[in-house]
Amino acid sequence: MRNLYSAAAGAVFGIGLWLSGMTDTTKVIGWLDIFGDWDPTLAFVMGSAIVPMAVAWRVAAARRVPVIGGAFPPAPEPKLGRKLVLGSVLFGAGWGLAGLCPGPAIVSITWGGVSGFVFIVAMLAGMWTAPVVRSRLDALEPAV
Amino acid sequence: MHVEWIWGLAGGTLIGLAAAMFLLVNGKIMGASGILGELVDGSAGSSRYEKLSFLAGMIGVPAVLVWLSGGAETHATGNILILLAAGLLVGVGTRLANGCTSGHGVCGISRLSLRGIVATVFYILAGGLTVVLFRHVLGWV
Repeated sequence: MRNLYSAAAGAVFGIGLWLSGMTDTTKVIGWLDIFGDWDPTLAFVMGSAIVPMAVAWRVAAARRVPVIGGAFPPAPEPKLGRKLVLGSVLFGAGWGLAGLCPGPAIVSITWGGVSGFVFIVAMLAGMWTAPVVRSRLDALEPAV
Repeated sequence: MHVEWIWGLAGGTLIGLAAAMFLLVNGKIMGASGILGELVDGSAGSSRYEKLSFLAGMIGVPAVLVWLSGGAETHATGNILILLAAGLLVGVGTRLANGCTSGHGVCGISRLSLRGIVATVFYILAGGLTVVLFRHVLGWV
C-alpha cells in the first residue's frame, strides 16, 4: 500500500508540473530572464504550491505520526555549509542553461524527445558522481 | 502579456497537494532530485520501491494525459553540448545541495527552513545570471 500511495502522490505531482507549464523550458527561462519578455508563471506555481504544503507541515506537527505509520522527517538542519551554497549555484547555472530542473525533466521524458533524453542521461551521470564530489569537498578542510 | 499564469496557479496547487500527500501519508519529503538521486547512488536502501513507485506514477499518468490531450512541447534547446553541461550541473548541484526546486523550494520554504530559503535564493540568482550571460551577453541560447 505504501508504494501505491507513493505512486498516487507522484501522479498528482507529475500532472501539476505539466499543467503548470513548468515542463515548457521557455516559461522557466522566461521567468529567469528579467531583461527579456518576463513570464511570471513560475512565481504563481511556487506560491500556490507552498500554501498546501505549509498547511501540511502544521498538520504533521499535530499528528506526530504519518497516516500509514513510520516517522515524519526530522527538523531541518540549521547549518548551511558550502555544499548547500556551491550545489545550489551549480544547479541554478544548469537550470538557467536548459530551463529544466529534475522534476519537469523526469515528467517530460515521454514527450521531451532527444533533447530531454540527453539532459536526463547527463543529469543521472551528475547524480552518480555527486558522492565523489561530496567526499572531496568534505576532505578539503573542516567546514566553517 | 502571458495569461498562462492561471495554469501555473492550478498546477502549482496540485504540486503542493502532492507534496502534502507524500508528507502526511508516507511521511516523506517530496524532492525530485532526492528521490531520483538516492536511486542512482544506491542510498535509497529499503525505500527504493517507494521511490520507484513515485517515479512510475509521476511519468506514467502524465504520459497518458498528455497523449490524450494531443501532445506537449518542452521547447528545449537542440544543442547537445548545452544539454550535457546543463544536465551534469543539475545532477551534481542538486545532490550536493541535497535538494532542488521541489525539495528546497516547495517543501523547505513552506516549513521556513533556512537551508531551503538560502538554497532557493542561490539557485535563482545563479539561474538568472546564467540566462543574462548566455542570452544577452553571449547570445548562445
